[in-house]
Amino acid sequence: MDAVISPLDSAPRPRPAFLLAGQGVTARLMIVSAALLALLFAAMVYGASVGPTAIPARDVADALLQYAGVERGVDPASATYRIVTVVRLPGLMVAALVGGALACAGAAMQGLFRNPLADPGIIGVSAGASLGVVIVITQTAALADLWLFNRGPLSAVLWRVPLAAFVGALLAAGVVYVLSLQRGRTNLAALLLAGVALNAVLGALTSVLLLRAADFDALRAVLSWLIGSLEGRGWDYFAVAVGPIALSAALMLLYARDLNLLALGEESAQALGVDVGRLRLVLLALASLMTAAAVSIAGPISFVGLIVPHILRLIIGPDHRVLLPASLLGGAAFLVFADALARSLLAPEQLQVGIVTALAGGPFFLALLWRHRRRIALF
Amino acid sequence: MPPEADAGALLHAEGVRCRIDGADLLRGASLTVRAGELVGLIGPNGAGKSTLLRVVSGLWPLSGGTVTLLGRPLSEYAPRQVAQIVAQVPQITALDFPFTVRQVVLMGRSPHLGRFTLESARDRQIAERAMRRTGTLDLAERLIGTLSGGERQRVLIARALTQEPRLLLLDEPTANLDLRHQLSILALVRALVDEGDLGAVAAVHDLELAARACDRLVLLHEGAVLAAGSPAEVLTSDRLRAAYGVDACPFTDPVTGHLRIAVASG
Repeated sequence: MDAVISPLDSAPRPRPAFLLAGQGVTARLMIVSAALLALLFAAMVYGASVGPTAIPARDVADALLQYAGVERGVDPASATYRIVTVVRLPGLMVAALVGGALACAGAAMQGLFRNPLADPGIIGVSAGASLGVVIVITQTAALADLWLFNRGPLSAVLWRVPLAAFVGALLAAGVVYVLSLQRGRTNLAALLLAGVALNAVLGALTSVLLLRAADFDALRAVLSWLIGSLEGRGWDYFAVAVGPIALSAALMLLYARDLNLLALGEESAQALGVDVGRLRLVLLALASLMTAAAVSIAGPISFVGLIVPHILRLIIGPDHRVLLPASLLGGAAFLVFADALARSLLAPEQLQVGIVTALAGGPFFLALLWRHRRRIALF
Repeated sequence: MPPEADAGALLHAEGVRCRIDGADLLRGASLTVRAGELVGLIGPNGAGKSTLLRVVSGLWPLSGGTVTLLGRPLSEYAPRQVAQIVAQVPQITALDFPFTVRQVVLMGRSPHLGRFTLESARDRQIAERAMRRTGTLDLAERLIGTLSGGERQRVLIARALTQEPRLLLLDEPTANLDLRHQLSILALVRALVDEGDLGAVAAVHDLELAARACDRLVLLHEGAVLAAGSPAEVLTSDRLRAAYGVDACPFTDPVTGHLRIAVASG
């Protein structure tokens, strides 16, 4: 038998894969990060310029740069500087943190479930975290006062709410995982249906707890939080969530290459030496921790984890070593922008940011469902 | 057979049993592969070909028997270490994520990289050489999901070569390919093995193709080895009837000189 390798019959069709496809990981990461940081800064400038007092973008940019240590000759005692850095910046930072966490968790979940529609909200992990939070804050009026209205130092109750959110998120993730995993991959329909069922059950339990809550003010605050709200969230909330989110993001990055290998199939990954069972458990725990930290301070803001990684994957490709950090930055920019829209669309009325992301994400989700419709066939 | 009897073997499996969910998938199968040798695993559906490939590479658990890799028991290796020696060409169906061919091939370096390291220039060279060797360099920037079956199979072989393995395991490398691509894939594997350092095992359905490409055949039936040896020794009427339940008559094709099998009835 001759050993000559015949040339391939199909000539390579020129098909642009994605941006920077020829570059190494480090180069891609640097360029993408720089671009997304610029986008994040632009979103922050926009976010800090809208509000009851409109401030020109140029002044906002100067104030933010000066706050970051770049001398721009802004008077630190001026009203503009104080409004931007004291009043508005903390909320923007919380929005950035929450958006980054949800997007990064979404990207990891899509990778670990090998499923393009996995998202903390859709599969019920956010609802699990919410239920955990609602359980602890309806148990103790003092806790609700502190957490929802920020009356008093958060440090007094620091870990109880995020911890409850984490437990809830982890339980929900475990249930979805067991229900939807078949022979190493998740059936798209099974994952979505498990998410529907879980969201319904967790939502019902949350409603029961809310209806039994006596205090009308607290009820309104919890509802606003459940829609996904950044109202009144300042540095102390940032401080509560930044640790777990940074930690899980860093650990996730260590597993980014394994996620790439998993994308081509479980056996294929195992053949390259990946312990797939452990990879799934570790990443599910990290994604749940990230989601829980975000949900505990801002509520279950929906669709960020779906929209951001999808758009980024289209532009920069599926390599998780670039995609995960990019999702962190892209999600941050996305939510800062969405929050600015929420505050300005019906000004002086304020919308919850969760309403904006749901309005944007719902049609996006339906479009994705349409694209994957053949894989969702149940019969 | 004591291990020292096959000290030169890359892989030596003896009396391998595999029991999963109460089903005996392998009931004492044996397999030896040396460098420079292409061994064909043949047998009817469910005979245990894929199972044997998975067990000898540590993907599925061993319920009995011994497997040694380069003279050391398989159980002494971590999965990553196995992947540095054994490369598999899996049947890939999952193409949801738009990786380029180059990225997929580079994944073969993974068993050699630490958790904190990125692929070096040398790793990229190894991948490039594997793509050139398999005729896939022209496809490097294409998305894996846009390739034809034959092209994809070559890419997966390139990924396996990028692992710089001693042993190549191929599970039905010619499945779903047309005749020309079947031949070219087996010719490629044959050429790689003929370079001398690499040994290969391929599960192959087509008996005539297996007879043409392989040095030795191992005929599996119901999880055990029914016959092993040269193609002419293994492919006899009696054994084909025993394994496949068909009346078949092997003969040498007067035109090509290849072993052919005339199937009389089912």
